[in-house]
Amino acid sequence: MRPRSTTVGEIFGWNALRVTTTLVYIFMFAPIIVVVLLAFNSSRSGAFPMEGFSLQWFGKLFSNQSIVDAFKTSLILACTSSLLATALGVMAAIALIRYSFRGKAIINNLLSLPLLMPEVVLGVALLLFLKFLQQPRSFLVLMIGHTVLSLPYVVLVVQARLVGLRQHYEEAALSLGANRLQTFKEVTLPLISPAVVGGFLFAATLSFDNITATLFWKKPGIETVPTKIFAMLRTSISPEINALGAVMIVITIALPLIGGYVVRRISRGR
Amino acid sequence: MGRNDGRSQGVWGVLVKAEHRPYLLLSPALLSLALFLIAPILFIFAYSFWLRADNGQDIPAFQFGNWASVLSDSFYWLALRETFITSAVTTLICILFGYPTAYFLARCKFNNKALLLFLLFLPFWISYIIRTFAWINVLGKNGFVNSVLMSLGLIDEPLKLLYNDFSVVMGLVYFQLPYMIINIYVSLDGIDRNLESAARTLGCTPWQTFREVTLPLSIPGLGAGSLLCFVLAAGSFVTPRLLGGTDTLFYSQLIYDAVIGQLDWPTGSVLSMILLASLAIVVAVYNRFMSLSDIYRSFAK
Repeated sequence: MRPRSTTVGEIFGWNALRVTTTLVYIFMFAPIIVVVLLAFNSSRSGAFPMEGFSLQWFGKLFSNQSIVDAFKTSLILACTSSLLATALGVMAAIALIRYSFRGKAIINNLLSLPLLMPEVVLGVALLLFLKFLQQPRSFLVLMIGHTVLSLPYVVLVVQARLVGLRQHYEEAALSLGANRLQTFKEVTLPLISPAVVGGFLFAATLSFDNITATLFWKKPGIETVPTKIFAMLRTSISPEINALGAVMIVITIALPLIGGYVVRRISRGR
Repeated sequence: MGRNDGRSQGVWGVLVKAEHRPYLLLSPALLSLALFLIAPILFIFAYSFWLRADNGQDIPAFQFGNWASVLSDSFYWLALRETFITSAVTTLICILFGYPTAYFLARCKFNNKALLLFLLFLPFWISYIIRTFAWINVLGKNGFVNSVLMSLGLIDEPLKLLYNDFSVVMGLVYFQLPYMIINIYVSLDGIDRNLESAARTLGCTPWQTFREVTLPLSIPGLGAGSLLCFVLAAGSFVTPRLLGGTDTLFYSQLIYDAVIGQLDWPTGSVLSMILLASLAIVVAVYNRFMSLSDIYRSFAK
């Protein structure tokens, strides 16, 4: 092979790629930085120019009972629905990867169905269906709804992990006399625990984040953090919203980092 | 795993026949989907034929009045067109910026490429509504862009950047771009580099190599990213509601207004079915040429 000569065009092309990539990264991060910046702005308008450094909006935030309540609702909702979604999802993923049975392809597609469906439609459908069954909108509805919405993601994440896992370990445990439940508990679960934790965190984030369907399902008067922000934005953007945004940004950036750390610890500990 | 069945004496092994196990494992997930997803959607399909009553107690019926009035109303057609055009523009912009970025990420020789990919998905973890309202801070009258341009003396009046189709597209691109990039990246990363070297050795220019080898091989990722981008954009509700203006027409908003605003559930059901059907057509056309499994795979990344 002859040595590759680097032409002027090639250098130009590569630099163009570099510039585009840099622009994309600036585009991805600039709005987030602006929110954090404005959260510390002492100006009452919640907009530029920056008038001075202030922490008052954070203080206002934590003394606002409705926001604290929304946080509680969101956290409980995220935890319960993602636990459910993880339990259902792990079972389904194991069935799909470890067994061969009739109708597998169809079931696989069925489980991924909610991924491509507009959330508004899912929201309307469940709302009207429950109204028809004369079930009032409640926390339970939100919990079930969020579980269904995040289920496909958990299935995909756990499936991806299981595919890469050879069955030998499980077969060894079985031939050494462990029964199936023991095998699952002692062998399979530890091996897929990173994916389980990952799926759980993913589901929790999706639930904590969900707004469109939640707007349809929530009981009037109950707010999650996103619907609370949505309602606050009706009037206008205030410095408080920016402070809330900054707090959420810090939490949501910390969460995957902690999650990644935990997963690494678990997989190293075994 | 079947050959050990005689020896495993756990409850699971005794009570459940091997051929029933997968179905048993799947049943909670499938049951919840059937009850809370499929049944509701079938229900609103039926509801779209009900007769609307003024007292809110819609009457179960089978008549095409709701469908006829929606399908004959040019306003709804216009909204569908606008929704699809905006989504298509969003997808195109995502391709335009996403492809070069994915290419750079796949081909650059940084040691910490994982960090770059991680950074790209960091905003993804941040709340959707925060990422959306962030654009009000950036594009608003006293927003970042306007205050920078004003203080530089480039403009005297703040530009009207917010609450129009432009800001809606910005918000949608912001949301979809990482999906697009990761899909293309996965595709590009899987290409055997020897093919590119071979093309070069055989006398192709870098551009020819890209056009004849790299680009065709990355089509699955590009297609998956584009479909995802289009479908998610066309179904979006919060972004157009927060960043759009009074003349922004988005189909999801019409559904919300019909169901929550006017409590006109038969019309809301018809609109939901139309949105669902038109997106299903897009997905079906896509599936005709490419595999849907590529899309699902990208979610697992």
